[in-house]
Amino acid sequence: MHKIFTRSLVSSLVFLFTLTVSAVAKDVKAAFVYIGPTGDHGWTYQHDVGRKAVEAAGYKTTYVEGVPESADAERVLRQLANSGHDVIFTTSFGYMNPTNKVAKEFPNVKFEHATGYKREHPNVSTYAARFYEGRAILGTIAGSMTKSNVIGYVASFPIPEVIRGINSFTLAAQKVNPNIKTKIVWAFTWYDPGKESEAAKALIDQGADIIAQHTDSTAIVQIAEKAGVYAFGQASDMDKFAPKAVLTSVENNWGPYYVDRVKAVANGTWSQKDTWHGIGDGMVVISDLDSAIPSDLQAKVKKLQADLASGKVHAFTGPIYDQKGGLMVAEGKTADDGMLAGMMTYVKGVEGDIPK
Amino acid sequence: MLKRLPQKNLECLWEEEKLIKIVKRDQPSRAIFFLTPVLAIFLTLFAGGLIFYILGFKPFEALKFFFIVPIADMYGFSELLLKATPLCLIAIGLSFCFKSNNWNIGAEGQLTFGAIVSGGVALLFYNQEGFYILPIVILAGAIGGMLYASIPAILKTYFNTNEILVSLMLVYVSKLILDYLVVGPWSNPEGFNFPETRQFSDSAKLPILFEGLRIHAGIFLALAAVVVSWFVFYKTYLGFQMKVSGFSLKTAKYAGYKGKKMIILVFLISGACAGLAGVGEITGPIGQLHREVSPDYGFTAIIVAFLGRLHPIGIIFASLIVAITYLGAETAQIFMQIPKYTGQVFQGMILFFLLASDYLLFFKIKFTGLKK
Repeated sequence: MHKIFTRSLVSSLVFLFTLTVSAVAKDVKAAFVYIGPTGDHGWTYQHDVGRKAVEAAGYKTTYVEGVPESADAERVLRQLANSGHDVIFTTSFGYMNPTNKVAKEFPNVKFEHATGYKREHPNVSTYAARFYEGRAILGTIAGSMTKSNVIGYVASFPIPEVIRGINSFTLAAQKVNPNIKTKIVWAFTWYDPGKESEAAKALIDQGADIIAQHTDSTAIVQIAEKAGVYAFGQASDMDKFAPKAVLTSVENNWGPYYVDRVKAVANGTWSQKDTWHGIGDGMVVISDLDSAIPSDLQAKVKKLQADLASGKVHAFTGPIYDQKGGLMVAEGKTADDGMLAGMMTYVKGVEGDIPK
Repeated sequence: MLKRLPQKNLECLWEEEKLIKIVKRDQPSRAIFFLTPVLAIFLTLFAGGLIFYILGFKPFEALKFFFIVPIADMYGFSELLLKATPLCLIAIGLSFCFKSNNWNIGAEGQLTFGAIVSGGVALLFYNQEGFYILPIVILAGAIGGMLYASIPAILKTYFNTNEILVSLMLVYVSKLILDYLVVGPWSNPEGFNFPETRQFSDSAKLPILFEGLRIHAGIFLALAAVVVSWFVFYKTYLGFQMKVSGFSLKTAKYAGYKGKKMIILVFLISGACAGLAGVGEITGPIGQLHREVSPDYGFTAIIVAFLGRLHPIGIIFASLIVAITYLGAETAQIFMQIPKYTGQVFQGMILFFLLASDYLLFFKIKFTGLKK
């Protein structure tokens, strides 16, 4: 009895296996797991733009939005893996452990986790964008255009990704204007229009005439528009929300990577990778520059953009000093990826302490 | 039939037609009391189907993906129980408060603080194994929840503050404390400064009941809470005191009940249950502390408590029904591309229809026919 049961189980498993294999060969189905709503005009919105690019390339896609990073993530992932999806993109850091856990159970399904570092199984890849390159461009514009020499910066959470962005921004701004100061307000949220507005107002009250942001809503650029100061869009081109205030935006452009990876799955050439692409590979895109930016500065920005893309310029080139004056990167050297990945100290010129 | 002169037009029209009559009940009906939740669920299904139809989805297919497909197999059913466990546990705790006229809205904060305390203890035992670890971790969570619930209780009894506001505001405080800990002192030293702690050792995790499923021993905590609460509500003097205080605080005072003691006690029970729910999440499916321990279980449990009529058995059913709206929303989005947020619409509709049909508790509809 037991033997018969095992045999039928094995045969049905083999049948299922051949079924999935033949499905892979025919058409590939990709799934996306989002942390927020697709209409946030920030992080999730841009991932969904990437998903649509995959659809346009002729592949079927599914998505689940608003998946909390709690115990629920694992269930959603398992259900997607179970329902015939061949590659699953998990687009928030908090999905890291569930992604690796479910990947172990489904060795035939490929998993792509954004902004994480764990690749515990051969079917897990990670990917992230070098947003700090874009922030170097914003810093250059801000440093050149500020009159009060105070630049406001609304930050989300004190993690390396955000600290790196603040540093890159400040270093670039100092290069064109050694007198600038970057003032940080921590909103402790990725998406909360109310809190973000409060933070932006506080910075404007402290004399900031340009506001940068590392949170996802369009609230900050709208506050800047009302207050008559400049701002930069985050994740998507936010120009239409504040046409006067927005000087440019750093766009997250996931489409090419997503199409590439789904194609690789379809061709059977997918392999584990740790991708960290920047302006050069088109994962980070600078939106059109506003006409408020003088033409000589526009030319300078375009050149910096080209140099960052070609690798001629690195956003973290020494000498770089921390707030206390200690040397972080020596003259002529550039910060390596390991240092960038774990960066938890401010550079000189940033005001305040990292909340700990 | 037309004994009275028409006073005001609308009412008079109604009187003349008089096919249906709405009469105030002498006493709230007990049968209706337990039937209205069922009615509310049916109305929700109907309204939900209507919404799907208007949105251009096939209503029956959509409802099938919402309420049947997610629990059609063993795995799905186990996920339902996993999701319902914290809801049931918290709602049981809340029913102690709500029955006795104490409006504890801050179960989410008590859950978070319970998770913080038990997570802290679990991290103390990092990389250690031993049978004694889990009981200590669980106890720590219950104590954490109780401590946190005692704040609104003490402020209410000794300083006459409003427990609704205090308990609600403390939710945000607890989340900020958790943020601070996982970003700073408790963050994983090998974790590239990402906001999460180390993974707990196996001895600090609740045992899994079935290989391959996620359902864990935390469900026994919830079932124990159900049994204990039933006993307390209906078999003890404390339960009677709670009931009297719930009906009328003045009566309770005349009867000589020590109100302050009871208020603190029900808050402590409620906090302990919420704290245990937090323990169940972090030592069950999550296995570490990070910023998002609970997707607002503490708030959703308020709906569960009322849908279950503050009755232990009712709460079991209510927690299963609310849990399925979460699972169904995911399935419906995966298979039919229905926006996942419809799950929240369903939760809102259940509560709305329940409150609306409570009208029937105090009024009855009489079909008088057309006899003259």
